[in-house]
Amino acid sequence: MNAHSFTLAGCRLEARPSGALWLPDARLLCVSDLHLGKSERMARRGGALLPPYETEETLARLEAELAALMPRSVVCLGDSFDDLGAALALPEDMQLRLQAMQAGRRWIWIEGNHDPGPLELGGEHKAELAEEGLVFRHIASPRPEAGEVSGHYHPKHRLPRSGTSRPAFVYDQRRLILPAFGAYTGGLRCSTPVLRGLFSARAIAVLTGPRALAVPLE
Amino acid sequence: MAALPPRFASWFESHDWQPHPHQLEMLARAEEPASLLIAPTGGGKTLAGFLPSLVELADGAHEGLHTLYISPLKALAADIRRNLRRPVEEMGLPVRIEDRTGDTSASARKRQRADPPHILLTTPESLALLISYEDAPRIFAGLTRVVVDEIHALAESKRGDQLMLALSRLQALAPGLRRVGLSATVEDPPALAHQLARHPDPCPVILADPGPLPDIAMLNTAAPPPWAGGGAAHALPEVLEEVRKHRTTLIFHNTRAQAEIFFHNLWLANEEGLPIAIHHGSLAREQRQKVEAAMVSGELRAIVCTGTLDLGIDWGDVDLIIQIGGPKNIKRLVQRIGRANHRYNAPSKARLVPANRFEVLECRAALEAVAAHDLDGEPRGPGPRDVLCQHILIRACAGPFDETELFGEVKSVGAYSNLSRAAFDDCLDFCATGGYALKAYDRWQKLMQRDGRWTLRDPRAAQRVRMNIGTIQDTELLKVRLRGRGGKPLGEIEEGFAATLTEGDTFLIGGEIVRYEGLKEMTVQVSRSGNKTPKIAVFGGTKFSASTRLTERILELIHGDWSALPHHVQEWLALQRNASQLPRGDRLLVESFPHDSRAHTCLYGFAGRNAQQTLGLLVTRRMEELGLDPLGFVATDYATLIWGLEPVEDPDPLLAPQVLRDALEGWLAKNAVMKRTFRASATIAGLIERNLPQNRKSGRQATFSSDILYDTLLKYDPDHLLMRITREEAMKGLVDFGRVEEMLARVAGRIDHMQLDRVTPMAAPLLLEVGKVPVAGKGRERLAEEEAEALMAKVGLEG
Repeated sequence: MNAHSFTLAGCRLEARPSGALWLPDARLLCVSDLHLGKSERMARRGGALLPPYETEETLARLEAELAALMPRSVVCLGDSFDDLGAALALPEDMQLRLQAMQAGRRWIWIEGNHDPGPLELGGEHKAELAEEGLVFRHIASPRPEAGEVSGHYHPKHRLPRSGTSRPAFVYDQRRLILPAFGAYTGGLRCSTPVLRGLFSARAIAVLTGPRALAVPLE
Repeated sequence: MAALPPRFASWFESHDWQPHPHQLEMLARAEEPASLLIAPTGGGKTLAGFLPSLVELADGAHEGLHTLYISPLKALAADIRRNLRRPVEEMGLPVRIEDRTGDTSASARKRQRADPPHILLTTPESLALLISYEDAPRIFAGLTRVVVDEIHALAESKRGDQLMLALSRLQALAPGLRRVGLSATVEDPPALAHQLARHPDPCPVILADPGPLPDIAMLNTAAPPPWAGGGAAHALPEVLEEVRKHRTTLIFHNTRAQAEIFFHNLWLANEEGLPIAIHHGSLAREQRQKVEAAMVSGELRAIVCTGTLDLGIDWGDVDLIIQIGGPKNIKRLVQRIGRANHRYNAPSKARLVPANRFEVLECRAALEAVAAHDLDGEPRGPGPRDVLCQHILIRACAGPFDETELFGEVKSVGAYSNLSRAAFDDCLDFCATGGYALKAYDRWQKLMQRDGRWTLRDPRAAQRVRMNIGTIQDTELLKVRLRGRGGKPLGEIEEGFAATLTEGDTFLIGGEIVRYEGLKEMTVQVSRSGNKTPKIAVFGGTKFSASTRLTERILELIHGDWSALPHHVQEWLALQRNASQLPRGDRLLVESFPHDSRAHTCLYGFAGRNAQQTLGLLVTRRMEELGLDPLGFVATDYATLIWGLEPVEDPDPLLAPQVLRDALEGWLAKNAVMKRTFRASATIAGLIERNLPQNRKSGRQATFSSDILYDTLLKYDPDHLLMRITREEAMKGLVDFGRVEEMLARVAGRIDHMQLDRVTPMAAPLLLEVGKVPVAGKGRERLAEEEAEALMAKVGLEG
């Protein structure tokens, strides 16, 4: 088994090597910070002309997870699009792939700071979602109820002795923050005060990669 | 020969000086469209370059900019301004001279654009910025001469290519522009002239009297050098003795880390407290300026330094050069030797200190090459296209342009004279649309055509282009400061190194041992530490590869006359000959032997460090495929030593040229070295923006690693222009696959495999080398899992 299993607020969870979160009992898959259309947004604003393949790459990774797990529900935890313009400019073939993924299952877009407001791409649209005893929202709240699942920070972590830093899940007894699932996303070190301060001393980081690796944050 | 105008002649006479013949010849040839002067240090090279300008400006008739002077160093521009002031003031010439570099204040720069001086002293990067302004045609309208100083140093890198592209632009703005290059000794003056001149203008080469032969030898030490390493601690007493005997000594090192360690040890041994300082590129500017000022005023007896002191600035009283470690490159050694004794017609004096036994061979081979005037140098090859992409963007910032005109200008640059229209169009397309197989940026092109001329779609983009001008690759550096308010800046370390530090670790910087306290706002906070031995002492700095000519000479020496070698080296070579065989240029010696319960294989390719490292990556990959379970390797300039679980029975399948080429295309394409090569070219070409300190503070997760872009292109668009550039660059530089190919061609399948029962004399030093590379793959993943489990177990959790 390459995923890391743990529980949060009594709910069984699996941190997948891909950076997706799996709730086996509810057959619910959660991914955060897809940032689809990032290259288009940068070009529009006069920035670098990045290789325009990140939407295809991110969707391909998501399709692989759907094929492996066949979820009943999919929750996109905000910042799914780099901005509303990027969502509107999504190429038609990518829209079709997204629709194919949505077919026959519940699909929920959580609002992020990059992509507020409703989208015309199918699925439900919510500020937050309460399900399975957990609360799904984009940005962690300062004083959360137990069982908060969020994204936004793009946590990354590196083992003290081996290897470079990798996108990572971080959790403690009360909350969980997901790594960014999108192809063109950087990361924020778990040791950065703004991120570290959200967790207790007993926090665990789960590195993504060929296999999910859990390590104590301290 | 031209006669000096009376005013200049009497100025020379008043100082009791004779103009050098080459100075007069430069004056006589002042009307040539291009000329190249090759003169030793101290030969009045700078005055030779400026004399025609001063003569032309003497009547006060010229309005605006007349002469542009370009040097590779900011400090050199300031130094030349001070030196030129003397003839100008003493002859009362109506000439205004100013410098313009990254250090010039914004108000001064603004004034210089509105009212340029007669002579402007600047750097290639500042010039590139100047030609990006819309008022460039006005600034450069009257430009008559351009003087490129230390052109040999610029011409070796992309800075030179960028400069020559900028000159092609200046030539279009000022068609009568004449070019002068000033160079130290080089191996191929016509090639340098071709780079300088407008193609196909002629460019006569003027050779000054090279002066007497240098007094150069190996420094004799009581203790023989150790088997491996680069510290040269064995030579401390003799080096100190030389410092004592001379007025001022420059002690050169190949890397900053070696300079730091040597300086630290030198201070511990310096019982009489001789004033000795350290100078290298990672030190804070304030620190460096302090050392430079002390040097100029004659307060220092020695400076431990790196390549940052290779160039130009007139230190005056240096009378001895000491080179610690193998010189790696004959030409650079000759140029370094020239740093001693700036008096013309006095021999320079230099001493070489090999840091280990193998470097004794290298130093000996270099001495023979210097005596034989046999300089090395790799031909530069065609102008790099990443630099061209940046030039196109810079051109677009200055205003709309016609593509055919720009192509004509680019073709007038020697290095780009063979550029095809198709290759140019590729670069233009990349700048305009990104050049992707998927046409995604029709709406958001960076450059677009209006009335048949190319222009920036979004004028705001000009600012970003200007911020990213330049071809020098800064690794991501973090400032180091003493903790506390207004703590003293000490220098910079690489971000990668900083990430390995934990509180309490000690390291060397600027000769001080400091203790890592933490990271605050992207600054490394440290405190002074009383610790005698720093726990970690590695940080930034290029590792040069020994040049092809030098490794050839080392191979010749191994098979030639050993009589000039120290006794201990002769014995070492004789032992090797008896135990195995001596490596030869036309065959590849491969030794396999067990050691420390691991199978070892040593490949004596003599291809230089970078190529031997690449060979290690490729061969261990092949070994993994064949189930030989390699665990790691280490590479030096002359060999790669690999260790693993299974012995190599037959090296031929590991070294078949096609197998290695396929591995380069396939597996190495995913390697970190290729990613670093990509990052450099993608930054120059403008795909990635420089990670400027101000961006990084606010950047958070906004910036992501260029590795992601590389992986994406490899998967979705492997023939993209930047991927083609990356593969081209991989033939030289960090990957240096070109030298792997050269070695395989030289050996032509003649592989001698010696299977032995123990480590050989020549392989033994490699066991002690630092910089061992673990083989990536399944093994490494397993190690990471084990580490993670151990850490979890320690806090009482299960993975």
